[in-house]
Amino acid sequence: MKTLGQQVLKVRSKNAGPFWVTIDIFCGTAQAYAAILPRLHTAVVARLYGTPEQLVKRFDIADLYVIKFSIPRPVVQGSAADRDMHGAQWAHLLDEMLL
Amino acid sequence: MPTRVLVPSGVLGLGFDRTALARGVAMRPDIIAIDGGSTDSGPFSLGAGQSKYARAATKSEWRDLMLARATAGVPLVIGTAGTCGADATVDWMFDITVELARELGQTLRIARLYSSQSPDTVTTALAQGQITPLSPAPEISAETLASMTNIVALAGAEQMQAALQTGADIVIAGRTTDTATIAALPLLRGDHPGGAWHGAKIAECGALCSTNPTSGVIVVDFDETGFTVEAMHETALCTPHSVSAHMLYENTDPFILYEPGGHLDVTRARYTALDARRVRVEGSEWVPGRYTVKLEGARIAGYQTTILAILRGQHYASHAREWVAKLTTFLADTISRRMDLAPDSYALDFRLIGVDGALGGLENREGSPVEVGVLGIVTAPTQAIAAEIGKLINPFVLHYPLTENEELPTFAFPYSPATTDRGALYEFALNHVMELADPMSAFRLTVTEVGA
Repeated sequence: MKTLGQQVLKVRSKNAGPFWVTIDIFCGTAQAYAAILPRLHTAVVARLYGTPEQLVKRFDIADLYVIKFSIPRPVVQGSAADRDMHGAQWAHLLDEMLL
Repeated sequence: MPTRVLVPSGVLGLGFDRTALARGVAMRPDIIAIDGGSTDSGPFSLGAGQSKYARAATKSEWRDLMLARATAGVPLVIGTAGTCGADATVDWMFDITVELARELGQTLRIARLYSSQSPDTVTTALAQGQITPLSPAPEISAETLASMTNIVALAGAEQMQAALQTGADIVIAGRTTDTATIAALPLLRGDHPGGAWHGAKIAECGALCSTNPTSGVIVVDFDETGFTVEAMHETALCTPHSVSAHMLYENTDPFILYEPGGHLDVTRARYTALDARRVRVEGSEWVPGRYTVKLEGARIAGYQTTILAILRGQHYASHAREWVAKLTTFLADTISRRMDLAPDSYALDFRLIGVDGALGGLENREGSPVEVGVLGIVTAPTQAIAAEIGKLINPFVLHYPLTENEELPTFAFPYSPATTDRGALYEFALNHVMELADPMSAFRLTVTEVGA
């Protein structure tokens, strides 16, 4: 089994304002997008980030071969418990996930 | 009327390519617009009312833009001046501008648009039901609002238009939406509203919508049906992919963007390559709605002292979690006995760098690090208490043994003193919108003639 990162061009994450993190999976090609789309379940992504599934926003963007997830930050950006001010490390969990 | 907007970069202070800027100026833009801020670096800038960028960097880039403005003979506008766009950072930016006007011998009309809100104004609006929480939003009350060190409202196109209509050569705006500074003039001149907001969103990070993101400078042509975008650096190409992909960036929803007075919907936008460098976009829609402005606020959530130790011995590096768990229990007891502090009146958090420093409980990998950094963060109601806890825990962070029957270890402290007082910890305390009957009612304009 391969990691998701081995099957796509890039996975990146970033804050979308202080209260959300957004994760973009750039599949790179129509083939990769079609191959990943049915196997990448929102429930699995929600579990990976310890977030209730109903709070996860998902966008499948066929024109860009992109799958995008937006997740409310469990700790608000910059509050005492925050560990990653810009939210960029979240991408690694999805990038390294076996799929 | 077609409107050409020159955007030198995504934010003042990050740099841009000077040749590309000259090329943009030669294209005879109608306005030069740049953003000066973001919440991206965290709550400190807003909390303290300070710019995160160095004054020297800001001044040297602003000098280039003031010269470009003089050459082009068009207005120069900056939104969210000084990172957070509080009144204090608008005045900071104004001081830099006056200093440069003197050095460059320029005579200028400068408009300042202020976005700061008094807690009283927001409290009144809250009582009148004009404040709506976004999701997720912190709880607010008259008391929490009064505790905020800075509250700003995000101005939209209307307030920027009012500033431009003063005839200003330079507009220094407080907090605005990222897009408002760019969209204001095209909207004022009757260009396509969906195109104006969409083009502004594409342009707000400068050349990030191109294949050479760090080159900075782009030019957007707005007209009655849409917009065309081109990057000014020779090697920076705008392609339908690079342009449309920018809607993903720092957006929870890549199709919808809320602005004061409505929202942009790009679901039906079409991106067409005009040639290898330029992209044409049509089909974006502006959907009018209630006139609300987003609020941002920050307040002090305590004061911090930190300590950093490095565990290099393999016995400790490989048992770092166990060690820190024992240390935490021991220190809680010690602090409570020696300082008479209740456990809920302070926080002591150890982060294991090399184990799960960035992701904490979400981390799902394990390795065998050569060494582990232990970052202790104390948060307390005053700096004096935080510093005192730091001093109290210092010898134990240096020497605490994993088991009772082993020699006292000594870990690596990288500097002396081992503790660092960080000052105030700020937190974002608002994620709300405020309804306005008149767009200017929450904002203030000041016009000053400088030079000559």
